[in-house]
Amino acid sequence: MGTALLSLSGLTKTYPGVVANSDVGFDIQPGEVHALLGENGAGKSTLVKMIYGLVAPDSGQMTLNDVPFSPADPNAARAAGVAMVFQHFSLFDALSVAENVALGMDNPPPRRELSDKIRTVSKAYGLPLDPQRTVGDLSAGERQRVEIIRCLLQDPKLLIMDEPTSVLTPQEVEILFKTLRKLSAEGTAILYISHKLEEIRSLCDTATILRLGKKVATCTPAERTAAELAEMMVGSSLRPPERRAHEPGGVLLEVNDLTIAPTQAFGTRLQNISFSLRMGEILGIGGVAGNGQDELLAALSGEVLTDASAIVMQGTAVGAMGPTGRRNRGLLTAPEERLGHAAAPEMTLTENALLTGSKRQALVKGGWINWAAAKGFAEHIIHHFDVRTPGPEVAARALSGGNLQKFVIGREVLQEPHVLVVNQPTWGVDASAAASIRQALLDLAADGAAIICISQDLDELMEISDRFAALNEGKLSPIRATADLTVEEIGLMMGGAHGMEVADA
Amino acid sequence: MDLSSINPVLLVASLMITATPLLLAALGELVVERAGVLNLGVEGMMITGAVCGFIITVETGSPWMGFLLAAVAGAVLSMLFALLTQVFLANQVASGLALTLFGLGLSALLGREYVGIKPPSTPKLDLGPLADLPIIGRAFFSHDIIVYFALAMTVAIWFFLQRTRAGLTLRAVGENHDAAHALGYKVVLIRFAAIAFGGAMAGLGGAYISLVRVPQWTEGMTAGIGWIALALVVFASWKPGRVVLGAYLFGGVGVLQLNLQAAGVSIPVEYLASAPYVVTIIALVIMSKDRSGAPASLGRPFHASS
Amino acid sequence: MLKIEKRASPSKTWNWAAPIMAVALTMIVGGALFGLLGVNPFQAIAKIFYEPLFGEYAFYYRPQLMIKAAPLVLIAIGLSMGFRAGIWNIGAEGQYIMGALSGAGLALALYPMELPILLPLMVIAGALGGMLWGLIPGYLKVKFGTNEILVSLMLVYVAEQILASMALGLMKNPEGMGFPGSRNLQQYPSAHNAEIFAGSGMHWGVAAALIAVIFAYVMLTRHMFGFQLRLSGIAPRAAKFAGVDPGRMILICMGLSGALAGMAGLFEIAGPAGQVSIDFNVGYGFTAIIVAFLGRLNPIGILLAGLLLAITYVGGEITQSQMGLPLAAIQLFQGMLLFFLLAMDMLTNYRFRRSTKEAV
Repeated sequence: MGTALLSLSGLTKTYPGVVANSDVGFDIQPGEVHALLGENGAGKSTLVKMIYGLVAPDSGQMTLNDVPFSPADPNAARAAGVAMVFQHFSLFDALSVAENVALGMDNPPPRRELSDKIRTVSKAYGLPLDPQRTVGDLSAGERQRVEIIRCLLQDPKLLIMDEPTSVLTPQEVEILFKTLRKLSAEGTAILYISHKLEEIRSLCDTATILRLGKKVATCTPAERTAAELAEMMVGSSLRPPERRAHEPGGVLLEVNDLTIAPTQAFGTRLQNISFSLRMGEILGIGGVAGNGQDELLAALSGEVLTDASAIVMQGTAVGAMGPTGRRNRGLLTAPEERLGHAAAPEMTLTENALLTGSKRQALVKGGWINWAAAKGFAEHIIHHFDVRTPGPEVAARALSGGNLQKFVIGREVLQEPHVLVVNQPTWGVDASAAASIRQALLDLAADGAAIICISQDLDELMEISDRFAALNEGKLSPIRATADLTVEEIGLMMGGAHGMEVADA
Repeated sequence: MDLSSINPVLLVASLMITATPLLLAALGELVVERAGVLNLGVEGMMITGAVCGFIITVETGSPWMGFLLAAVAGAVLSMLFALLTQVFLANQVASGLALTLFGLGLSALLGREYVGIKPPSTPKLDLGPLADLPIIGRAFFSHDIIVYFALAMTVAIWFFLQRTRAGLTLRAVGENHDAAHALGYKVVLIRFAAIAFGGAMAGLGGAYISLVRVPQWTEGMTAGIGWIALALVVFASWKPGRVVLGAYLFGGVGVLQLNLQAAGVSIPVEYLASAPYVVTIIALVIMSKDRSGAPASLGRPFHASS
Repeated sequence: MLKIEKRASPSKTWNWAAPIMAVALTMIVGGALFGLLGVNPFQAIAKIFYEPLFGEYAFYYRPQLMIKAAPLVLIAIGLSMGFRAGIWNIGAEGQYIMGALSGAGLALALYPMELPILLPLMVIAGALGGMLWGLIPGYLKVKFGTNEILVSLMLVYVAEQILASMALGLMKNPEGMGFPGSRNLQQYPSAHNAEIFAGSGMHWGVAAALIAVIFAYVMLTRHMFGFQLRLSGIAPRAAKFAGVDPGRMILICMGLSGALAGMAGLFEIAGPAGQVSIDFNVGYGFTAIIVAFLGRLNPIGILLAGLLLAITYVGGEITQSQMGLPLAAIQLFQGMLLFFLLAMDMLTNYRFRRSTKEAV
């Protein structure tokens, strides 16, 4: 090994009540693809924010090419040759691709020159982009390309990528990996953040594993099994969820030719979606973010109304009913965004329990709230779903992502729904919370409820769903039994490579 | 009633004068809103500018000093708003209202010894032969420099927003402040600058009312022009070119109703006087469907948590 | 270096300490301002806050406090409902005028008929007038997405013009010898909103304000509507998810706040003011915004804040007549109060922390 490109030692960062990073250190060699592996909340984000100059460490040193490196802001980091592709893109919807790229560069060339450069570089790396298009109109994969091109135009020595494959189909992942390997061959080091073990094993030269803010190990991922890596990441081996065998029963929910115009700027139009759902079954709906998942949930929850007959629940047309009417009939939902949609961040857990439980749990009579009953329901959820919190009077925003998600899912599950629709039930949740949420969904189905699980996590869908379909540009693919699907087929159902090309060799 | 007493040349000329304060204030607010900040204190900054400009002009005898310090006064006042919303993270709607209430009180206090005084007049810009053109000369080319300054600012702001790096950054901050922060832009600093600019423009517009348009100082004399300027930004879909159009349209309504009053139309004066406000409401209704130009971060508080 | 960080849960202490701090700061800075105006600051502050309550002539001023506080509280209660739900009705001044005109118009139309239920009918008419005026921006917002702040405000100016037109035209006193202004309702027994106990300042508007405070308190803490109201304000998407119809919420809030402002206007015109005149409205609709915020949008808080602002009004008049302090200074004082409150408010949700060591 030669001298390291970037060397970290003793990095520590604390936030009130949380130690995000404690004494973390490792080296990245030039041209190396280095994985940073860890659960949600393990401290990966804080660590890369320190490298990118967004957060200053409390203590510890960084050196870049043997020179002390302490970027005061992202501009300084970029000037030193560090570039970053964010997980939740740092893009501006109303601006064009070229403007977005220019904003991420310190000295962008004049407009026309920049546009030409975007065209040539994006073509060379198999990520074709039209510089004049408005970013808000692009798919999630294309948006990621904008971020990557923005970085590449600055010839970075180190490229940080935060969970880049979460917005890609399997085919697109393959192409991205080829692009990354090409970059690495050209001498660019890549710090690759993920919790997906197979990806890391196939792509990365080295992996550093974080757990609870501390470095657990640095190893060569190809030499380890996925199970070994998982155990290092989580700290214990996780039991796969148990499935109780049961036969699907009669049809509970029918969706007929559901078509909805987008509800917000840069939204997706749902087109002619039809399916039916039986008692005891879990239908997994996959797809890359931004292909109509939020719209489908809104249509099923009643936040967006449709023709009455477009959604039929146990023989009753409910399409024109609002959320309250549907809840009364046993159609319950849990949206993706916990803070501000599924729960009100500033309100207590008791108030959040009341938010959807008012009718089915009889917490309100004649408009008058029974606060004692609401508190009881909140305590029931907390107890039953092992939500870690001092009590039901705590504001929802004070809970960790995993705990709040358990509360939100628990709130719906405990209301004994006939049909439960969840969107991204384990997104941003630590492994043990995710496992318990998946188990709760499986148990609910085994007891006879029907479940629609919308998720971008294919592993999750393969693990719990009986049948699978994918959303692509607002259309639903044909539904297939999960058991006999290959990754290749799933990728094609999700829309294949969406115009991505293999990078020029 | 005698409609023939309305002289179209004078009508256009006074239209340009009536529209100018509106245009100045609306352009300032447009920049503020493009940076993602909703400052409802325009009325308060305008009236403060009106009184400060008036006092300075009366005391120094120089309208230019008056206009300059009115802009400074507007900017200083706007810094209170910036401090509240950007540092103390207060609600922008409430802070803007506070600014207006504060400005109205402040101006009444400052101006109580200046009621009824006539300020030194603001000289017209000598445009030479242009001003001598028949009809057009009188209507378009015989005004003071502020009228042309406001029009020039429209072009300058358009150029700034669409063609310069700084303008692009400002729009980016208004579009998605979290992303702008992640890329290393100083969101709060940029917003402070935008708010100060908006304050200066509102102050200038206010001074134009007390020094040229009326010209006199009376309490509460801006009479809702600051609010109409806010409506104008929505009407214009946050585009500078359309702000000019809107300002001249509103200016036209204001001038026309005054002329109709003077001509003795049989509609009661009070109903004519409410025309600008009713027209504003109608314009808002028509334009509200199109929110495409609205900056996505408009009015949202920003706190760099990481 | 000090850093600002968000609290995990809002601080209950600061929620109530912030307004008190704001009042204290306003007194200090306001006092300094009075000093600049050449007025003894301690004397002025004492006159404003002490004289109306405990001074030599307090027996005269205390009823005045009731009269000033009643419309402020009544309007602010209505506004606070909307503010909680994120619906910004700032045109209460216009709704106040329209309520007054509707009620007074009814009485003037029936003059001189003596009718025992006339005052109650006028109250209903006033509430309806204010409600309809408030529903205009509400309806436009629901139907076209028009900004309610701007529309409700524009309607204040329109209402002022209508008031002028009425005072000079339709409602002018035919026996007024050409002077502007309507008949004095104080001299029309059925229509007069008289004091319930003579000399107490306690007219029916004061009673209505107290009822509104209790009603709002119960609504907010015990009823589902209050819950939905709060939910709509702090998490609009969650409210929609919970089944709240945002359009309905807008109409209810605008209608309710308009009705309360209209009632306030009616009680004022049928009582203390007496007649429709050009200068009938004195800005209660705007001051009520300060009252609503200063009272933390909480009914009890609004009651206290309404009294405090009433004190500054009465105290302001005292300092004006006794010390020559301009009335505009009080307006400035009130604006300052809102400023400091908003600044102090941050301490409810954020806290300052000394950051350990910055950078490496």
